[in-house]
Amino acid sequence: MAQKVVDAVKAKFGDAVVATSSEHGDEVITVKRDKLLAIATFLKDDPAMSFEVPVFVTTIDLAHWQPLGRRGAPDEGTRPAYDADASDGLRFEVCYQLRSLKHRHRIRVKVQVKETDTKVPSLTPLWPGFNWQERETFDMYGIRFDGHPDLRRIYLYDEFVGYPLRKDYPKDKRQPLVRRPDLVGDH
Amino acid sequence: MLELITSKLEDAANWGRKFSLFSYPFVTACCGMEFMSVAAPKYDIARFGAEFPRFSPRQSDLLMIVGTITEKQGPALRRVWEQMAEPKWVIAFGVCASTGGFYQNYHAMPGADQVVPVDVYIPGCPPRPEQVLDALIMLQDRVQRGDGHSQIRLKREKIMLAAANAEE
Amino acid sequence: MADLKTLVLGKKDIADLDTETEMPHELMTVNMGPSHPAMHGTVRIVLTVDGERIVKGDVQPGYLHRCFEKEAEHATYTQIFPYTDRLNYVSPMINNCGYAMAVEKLLGITDRIPRRAEFIRVIVSEISRITDHMTCVGASAMELGAFGPFLFLLKAREWLYTLLEEVSGARLTHSYVRVGGVGKDLPAGWLPKLAARLTETEAALAEAEQMLNLNKIFRDRMAGVGAISREDAIAWGQTGPVGRAAGIDYDVRKDHPYSVYPEFEFDVPLGTTGDCLDRYLVRVEEIKQSMRILRQAMAALPDGPVMIDDGHVALPPKAEAYNTIEGMIRHFKHIVDGIKVPAGEAYTFVEGGNGELGFFIVGDGTGRPYKCYVRSPSFVHLSTAEKIFKNHLIADIVPIFGMINMIGGECDK
Repeated sequence: MAQKVVDAVKAKFGDAVVATSSEHGDEVITVKRDKLLAIATFLKDDPAMSFEVPVFVTTIDLAHWQPLGRRGAPDEGTRPAYDADASDGLRFEVCYQLRSLKHRHRIRVKVQVKETDTKVPSLTPLWPGFNWQERETFDMYGIRFDGHPDLRRIYLYDEFVGYPLRKDYPKDKRQPLVRRPDLVGDH
Repeated sequence: MLELITSKLEDAANWGRKFSLFSYPFVTACCGMEFMSVAAPKYDIARFGAEFPRFSPRQSDLLMIVGTITEKQGPALRRVWEQMAEPKWVIAFGVCASTGGFYQNYHAMPGADQVVPVDVYIPGCPPRPEQVLDALIMLQDRVQRGDGHSQIRLKREKIMLAAANAEE
Repeated sequence: MADLKTLVLGKKDIADLDTETEMPHELMTVNMGPSHPAMHGTVRIVLTVDGERIVKGDVQPGYLHRCFEKEAEHATYTQIFPYTDRLNYVSPMINNCGYAMAVEKLLGITDRIPRRAEFIRVIVSEISRITDHMTCVGASAMELGAFGPFLFLLKAREWLYTLLEEVSGARLTHSYVRVGGVGKDLPAGWLPKLAARLTETEAALAEAEQMLNLNKIFRDRMAGVGAISREDAIAWGQTGPVGRAAGIDYDVRKDHPYSVYPEFEFDVPLGTTGDCLDRYLVRVEEIKQSMRILRQAMAALPDGPVMIDDGHVALPPKAEAYNTIEGMIRHFKHIVDGIKVPAGEAYTFVEGGNGELGFFIVGDGTGRPYKCYVRSPSFVHLSTAEKIFKNHLIADIVPIFGMINMIGGECDK
């Protein structure tokens, strides 16, 4: 559907495109981190692209990624299982979904970052709608958006330690702010 | 004789209290929709003397915790409860406010009673309006008997004060 | 002794006071919430005000963050339906449908859903949309002091809840839709009841509408308040009734059609000014359009199964599960391990009560999603609130908030 968008980005930026794929009707392009801002500006401003609507930002944490096939055997067809050494530690995949009102096409732009260096250029200056979305991603995954005007926690409180949606954060590890004084030490 | 009179007076006061509960709806989540239904024409909580939601905790004596309480919400809930006038009662409306329900994770609190003492728990996700009315009647019985959490605490404080005075 | 007026007022003549137009002003910080009577749900706003005028409003959500994503990663695909109910709890059926469609896309069975199931999904979704808009309009009106319309609309909502309860067994949190169809067929004699209730709902809506449209206070507090331009609305990602009030001609049902929506005739109402009055009018018109869709869907409802005939997706029939060992094993594996969804990622979006409601699911071949992200319209709309608040009065927060219709469960996930 948006194949011509992928082709245009490839033609213009060449090496900056790491990979492209088409999954269930959505075109996905993975780009290099330092070229993200340039590609995003192109996608927004070029009249043939005109992706004016920010849809969502999220991150996939690949730490436990071990895809299985139909019979339970490792799935060879998709992205290989995550291995911190083999994958150069590219643990997080930041996804930006964009949509065009004019051309009615949409695209998902991805950037891969390492666990040790989670900086990604912020796209808030281009699409103000990404402001809270990026804050949410920072809150949940600890992705640091460079150039974001107001990067702080949004759902959780400042006292919270860690990033809960990372795969290594236990689901029920609570960090209470307040408890009943008459119950403390009771159980 | 004096004791008899004070206990009868207390009974009369409790009778008055139970039919004039001023509720503070601490509405956070889905249960709020059912709370609306309880207040709306079909179920009409006004028939039971708890019709008047006061939107200031300082003017109310029944705290309705309607919906999930999260860790971030905890301090606010505690503060609202502390601001309420004594004696006060608390209803945990819905399973999230009672135990956390099926939200057992890093941010949902396992029951509002981690932060404030709760008198009546209403199960259900969300509870049906009939259940809420039933819970209100149960609470009214409890108010009449004088064994709500805060009533018991007040009584205990009174006895301790009397004992301290007697020692002096 | 000095002149009394000079002594007290500091001016000789009382008219001199009017010459002082410049009030001494100092910015003040006011905290609103998290538990505030005039708000749906809990959200905290730290306002910086100059007198009554808002200079800056820092909106802080998250008081109802129930970790939908983390819970979803630990539940099987079928077990997630109850969690989706509680996202936008005013229109749970639409959430159910959106999520089911995302999983179906990953499974590659989108084209094989029985037609009757698709029609039933449309019917329950549109009923949910009506309840959503009614609650929004009624509650906002109540917050502005108009209690009557609230009672009328809630009365009508109660009828619709009863109908949905007959279908699903629950008044509010239905969990009715399944991957591959819907949980069970419509009960016998349900459609005539729905038709009758629709007529009554229309009458109740007309009454409430009259009470609001002819109410000068209501109009004055809505008109011209919280306006946003079309360009800003696009750049901030607004969709749904809020976006359409600003003039964005975008309805997922029309622009990216899904399910059987292309078969129905309906209009997409558009606003011009993007203020609260337009948002209200768009919602009222959408209720009427939903009724139009409902009438068409009821007339065209085909017969047939309501669940896909695929052993990998659907539960075996009860008779088989109870009487044969194979059926029982299949049933057990289905419940315990979940539906095996192939590895990959899919994003689907539907027209939710508040706008584009999207589910982004990453499957890894097991019965549980690797990641299940929800693109919640409320969250996006609430992020624009900071921009909208600017230069309004404190009292305007109430209609703005009411008409943005922030739903805690959806916004905070």
